[in-house]
Amino acid sequence: MLGTGLIKGMAQTAKNFVGSYQGPERLVTVQYPEERLAPKENARNFPFLVFDGDDAQKGLRCVACQICEKECPPKCIYINKSKDKKPDYIGKPQFYPATFDIDISVCMSCQICVEVCPFDAIKMDKVFELSTTDRFEALLLHKTELAKPNEYFQELHPTEAAEIDTRFAEEKLKAEAKAKADAEAKAKAAAIAAAPKPEPAPVDGSIPTPVAPKTI
Amino acid sequence: MTGQLDQLFVSLKQWLVSFLPQAAQPMAGILLSISAIIGAFATMFAITTIMERKILGRIQNRLGPNRVGPFGLLQPAADGIKMLTKEDIVPFAADKLVHFLAPVVLIIPVALALAMIPYGRNMTAVDLDAGILFFFAVGSATELSVFMAGWSSQNKYSLVGAMRAIAQMISYEMPLVLSTVSVLMMAGTLSLPLIVQAQSGYIYEILPRWNVFTPWGLAGFVLFMIAATAESNRAPFDLPEAESEIIAGYLTEYSGFKYALFFMAEYWGLFAVSGLAVTLFLGGWNAPFPFLQWVPSWAWFFAKLGTIIFGFIWVRGTLPRLRLDQLMNFAWKFLLPMSLINIVVTAMWHFSRVFQFVGAREMRWVLCALVLAIPYFFLGRALGEGRPAKRNYKFAE
Ligand code: SF4
Ligand code: SF4
Repeated sequence: MLGTGLIKGMAQTAKNFVGSYQGPERLVTVQYPEERLAPKENARNFPFLVFDGDDAQKGLRCVACQICEKECPPKCIYINKSKDKKPDYIGKPQFYPATFDIDISVCMSCQICVEVCPFDAIKMDKVFELSTTDRFEALLLHKTELAKPNEYFQELHPTEAAEIDTRFAEEKLKAEAKAKADAEAKAKAAAIAAAPKPEPAPVDGSIPTPVAPKTI
Repeated sequence: MTGQLDQLFVSLKQWLVSFLPQAAQPMAGILLSISAIIGAFATMFAITTIMERKILGRIQNRLGPNRVGPFGLLQPAADGIKMLTKEDIVPFAADKLVHFLAPVVLIIPVALALAMIPYGRNMTAVDLDAGILFFFAVGSATELSVFMAGWSSQNKYSLVGAMRAIAQMISYEMPLVLSTVSVLMMAGTLSLPLIVQAQSGYIYEILPRWNVFTPWGLAGFVLFMIAATAESNRAPFDLPEAESEIIAGYLTEYSGFKYALFFMAEYWGLFAVSGLAVTLFLGGWNAPFPFLQWVPSWAWFFAKLGTIIFGFIWVRGTLPRLRLDQLMNFAWKFLLPMSLINIVVTAMWHFSRVFQFVGAREMRWVLCALVLAIPYFFLGRALGEGRPAKRNYKFAE
């Protein structure tokens, strides 16, 4: 009959109305500035740069390859490549960004920069209380503001960070092993090169001093 | 003491006016009444906005505004300051004069309508013999202002909203007026204070003699409230302002104080039509029980008004917006026939007064209720016809 649905609906809202005074657990909202919800792991808004170690600028993972700058749809990343190189986490000398700016007033939080970065250097942040009174300078984040330690990233996205960290550690181990193997191979080569050395017969019959393998 | 409290505002006015020379007294009396009405309803507007937001919040299991002042009670003040300090934008292509006049044209008829209502014993600002006629006459002028606002804005959303408003208001004007006819038939007068008087007194010395407690009164009240909801553009009949479809309808191009005026006039219209419902069906300022008569009459009036407003808010928090065709079908295929049948039932009720045997009143009640219930059932069925029992949303799964 016409009206039964209406009455059912009205009863439901009446129940909510009375119930919200009876049981505060019904209230779904969080009183924001005083209470906060823990952020979800996959939440994201603006990118930041990850660094390892203690020194924010020395430890930056970014190698200024500028892929993210090219891929960013609204073109809000601005990078200047350095002239010199610095060692990365493996120890390989790499370029680093002399300037790295992101204009978060333009950024649309698409995460494309994160997806394309081959070095896991740029990741999405979760900070959202970014209101300022200046909409130009204050929203243009520089390298210094963007750099955040790996521990921070581990806190934000634990699963992803753990995966990256193990991969990096493996790569480092591999690199070390390779370095060691290289060193050994070099040493052997050196030894072999050194071995046929005592060809000219010693005049005084003394044993020649072995050449110490060069340490790398 | 009770009588004094009851007549507090009347005596206050007389006392204030008595300081003036004889010639100026009627004019001063009118001005005083008007300022009292404007002041009272401006306050009530503020209270209603905050209560509406609070109640809607609770209905949706939220707290509602609770930041400004204790329990958020100063929210209306904050809103007011915000409204007044906002830039008043007039669209470049707008018809400036009409755009400016629309809110003014809305608020004047609404204020005039408010002056008709009897707020308490001897508390009618303007006591016209044909008060209810005047009420509907000025009430229909609000449609003009809504269309002025929509047309002058030179904006398609505004125009669509105004068109919808006109269609809706004209359609619902009919059941609104027809549902009051039965009250006029029974009271035999067009004067609102006299209609209230006709509802005073008690059946068996205890039950109130309000119109809503008769079958035709109950049906009339429900019809009147539905039509009144549509007339005041409130949910679920808020198509003219449907914010999810046409931004804010005819209000789209209004900002600042003009918007506030529009907003206030809409609430005042709501108060006026609710006040009329109280007067016509809920016994006006009469107390519900004889032993509660010590409470001043105006307090009863405002208590009933508040209850009706709460009902409006409750409905708004519950029902989704209608589609335009549903709206029109409902008005023309359901409300209009029902209100016509209600007039017949009123006549039945009136003429069956000759039965004087024991239980005659109860028998009349059942009879009249049946005559209403049967068409209600069939008209309701007819409204739902052609609707699939279960909808399949092909793309929504
Ligand atoms: S953040 Fe990644 S993609 Fe962008 S320049 Fe640095 S290393 Fe390249
Ligand atoms: S999230 Fe998207 S818009 Fe923002 S900097 Fe990265 S690529 Fe650019």
